[in-house]
Amino acid sequence: MLGWELPPHNSGGLGVACYQLCKTLADKGADIEFIVPYTAQHDISFMKVTAAHPQGVAAIQKSGIAYDSYRYIYADGHDEVVDIYGQQALYENAVDKMLEHTTQEYEVIHAHDWLTFRAALRAKERIDLPLIVHVHSVERDRAGGGLGNPLVREIEATTFLLADKIIAVSQHTKNMIVEDYDIPADKIEVVHNSIDKDAIEPLDNDNTYRYLTALRGQGYRIVTCVSRLTMQKNLPNLLYAAKEVVERAPKTIFLIVGSGEQYFELISLAADLGISKNVIFTGFQRGKRWRDSYAIGDLFVMPSISEPFGLTALEAISYGTPVLMSNQSGVAEVIRNALKVDFWDVRGMANQIVAVMQNDSLRNTLYENSFAEYDRLHWGPAADSLLDIYAKHQRLAGAAV
Amino acid sequence: MKKAIVLYLHVHQPFRVRHYTIFDAGHQHNYFDAPYDDRTSNERIVHKVAEKSYIPTNRRLLKLLQDYPEFRLSISITGTVIEQLERWAPEALQSFKDIVATGRVEIVAETYHHSLAFFYSREEFERQVAMHRQKVQDVFGQTPKVFRNTELAYNNDVAYWADQAGYKGILSEGWDKVLGWRSPNFVYRPSYTNNIRLLMKNYKLSDDIAFRFGDRNWAEWPLTAAKFSHWLGSTDGATNFNLFMDYETFGEHQWDESGIFNFLEHLPQEWLQQHDHTFMTVSEVIDAFEPVDTVDMPHTVTWADTERDLSAWLGNAMQTSAIQDLYALEPAVLDTKDSTLIEDWRKLQTSDHFYYMCTKWFNDGDIHAYFSPYANPYDAFIAFMNAYHDMRFRLLEKGVVL
Repeated sequence: MLGWELPPHNSGGLGVACYQLCKTLADKGADIEFIVPYTAQHDISFMKVTAAHPQGVAAIQKSGIAYDSYRYIYADGHDEVVDIYGQQALYENAVDKMLEHTTQEYEVIHAHDWLTFRAALRAKERIDLPLIVHVHSVERDRAGGGLGNPLVREIEATTFLLADKIIAVSQHTKNMIVEDYDIPADKIEVVHNSIDKDAIEPLDNDNTYRYLTALRGQGYRIVTCVSRLTMQKNLPNLLYAAKEVVERAPKTIFLIVGSGEQYFELISLAADLGISKNVIFTGFQRGKRWRDSYAIGDLFVMPSISEPFGLTALEAISYGTPVLMSNQSGVAEVIRNALKVDFWDVRGMANQIVAVMQNDSLRNTLYENSFAEYDRLHWGPAADSLLDIYAKHQRLAGAAV
Repeated sequence: MKKAIVLYLHVHQPFRVRHYTIFDAGHQHNYFDAPYDDRTSNERIVHKVAEKSYIPTNRRLLKLLQDYPEFRLSISITGTVIEQLERWAPEALQSFKDIVATGRVEIVAETYHHSLAFFYSREEFERQVAMHRQKVQDVFGQTPKVFRNTELAYNNDVAYWADQAGYKGILSEGWDKVLGWRSPNFVYRPSYTNNIRLLMKNYKLSDDIAFRFGDRNWAEWPLTAAKFSHWLGSTDGATNFNLFMDYETFGEHQWDESGIFNFLEHLPQEWLQQHDHTFMTVSEVIDAFEPVDTVDMPHTVTWADTERDLSAWLGNAMQTSAIQDLYALEPAVLDTKDSTLIEDWRKLQTSDHFYYMCTKWFNDGDIHAYFSPYANPYDAFIAFMNAYHDMRFRLLEKGVVL
């Protein structure tokens, strides 16, 4: 498998999804070599993790931000800052070198998201095996509904054409691949992401947000959003909705957890809308603070313009909080018991938030039913689908020979 | 007729809010206690300013007061800086007491907390002015007679208030749009007042010292005491040159290396060479000269930025919402009669907090950035609002319904 990141060296949901999927595949008997573009300690025993980077590189410093430049430190002491395109090219060449000299017998190439696609095409050229590309997001998602970067789209379009099979993490993503890249629908299989409940760390009894806890005791209610603060996530519309909410339910606090390029813009916008004291920005958080951010909420909001899947919604449910999500999110296909709204519908969003703020029985019913759905989720079906797809394409490849 | 230099220096340090997070709120209420090495450490900043500015400047001022019987000046010194000097730099506070003890340093009235309370709560404003008067009496044994509002924020209402409160004078910026054809080098009378007099800052001459002194690209660099005295001496028909600036100009804004102390040391000697040249305190100049005209100022004028308005403190929505939210807590905070809580609330009123949230400097990148201990205005806003949220937490704990 070709992947860009694995926990704990991940910047977002992609690394988590790859990790949990591979773990389940391995449990079901798959032998996986997972090739990442950096050297780091992963505490992983169920598969082989290999670093593919240029010769002489002793270490790579990642910034923790998706698509940021990395610093490549060479054994001779010099270092280079490499941007995202450079990283891709280095990874592509390193993977190719690796495969040129390998004695390992591979059966299928499985590549996750556009950053690995050039390497995947080179790999297919060199070892001529079925290429399965796994789409966790397309460029339109990341560009917040715009066309995005044409260089990235070109890599995606070429790879989708040359791949033997495309896996989409949701029907929503599959539709976008058909619409944006003119790929026949029958070449794309939807394999929904899931969540590994064993990996959910439990809450303790003392929520870190003591102020918000005190406010809840006074009848305040909390709306939580855990998100990168980037265009795709539609946070300006959430703030416009928040203004409408606060006018009708003044005892509502919005807790916005995360960082990103819209951070300053959103702080200013909240002030411009006159709701600063109802909107709390915490910055990026991990660990207990991150878990408690979900747990303190009466409602979790994921208003994304386009969300291929949306793991945070499942995390929110796991920590006891029901969810309002945009219709433009993949997770809406697996959780029926959630409030859903079109991402552009600010008043609709406000309407649903106010309803939950003012009605604990709505909140509780929503939560109980969403938890029942969440409780049935596991990675097994996704792994089974992939094993079927691997087997089928190996047979096809065999027939071709 | 005599020509007087009216030197007035403003001494102030705020209690800066540390990088106080929402995770601190409800756990610890020490908004103003940053680690010593942090940029927001008040103790470290006071140590630095005392060493670079207060102590060396007062040493020179004391010497000048001893050497030149005609030399005199006025200062304003906020309650927040006096508290910090008491805690962390008693030697510097003593040096202020020493110059005041000469009897030729007049202390100007203002709000204890260097706040913009005048524009948000007249009652709170009056309490802070009274607190300041008491503190000045306790520390310096003097009762101020001339008033300045925070940031020299001035309009007809401020003048009317100060007149009613019995002050004999009030200070403002001598901004061209207000002065029109008039010169700042005279005593004026504010419109709609009975007895009070208005002294307006000569910003050109003041800023020559406060801002341009160390600028090597300035055509007049280097500015010597002789050259400066010559400019003033050759200005016809002036009675008083109102040189108003931050005290920290000496040694902090303009470093020792710029020659600023040398300038200060030589100014009396150069200026007093003419027998009709003198120095006056703000009260003395009001007593000495009749007002030449009435000045009407319906809009608020301050001494900051090219706009000379309140936009450095209240120019964006973060600033206005933060200050409104803070003042909205007034009745609840005062009702608690909890002196620690009330004092924390007052320390959050200091205008500097709102100055740090100014987004104007994102464009011109100048003086605001120099004075801010935060990486950007948004960090300043978040730290402040988290302290505000904790104030609310403390009120909730006391059973206040919010």
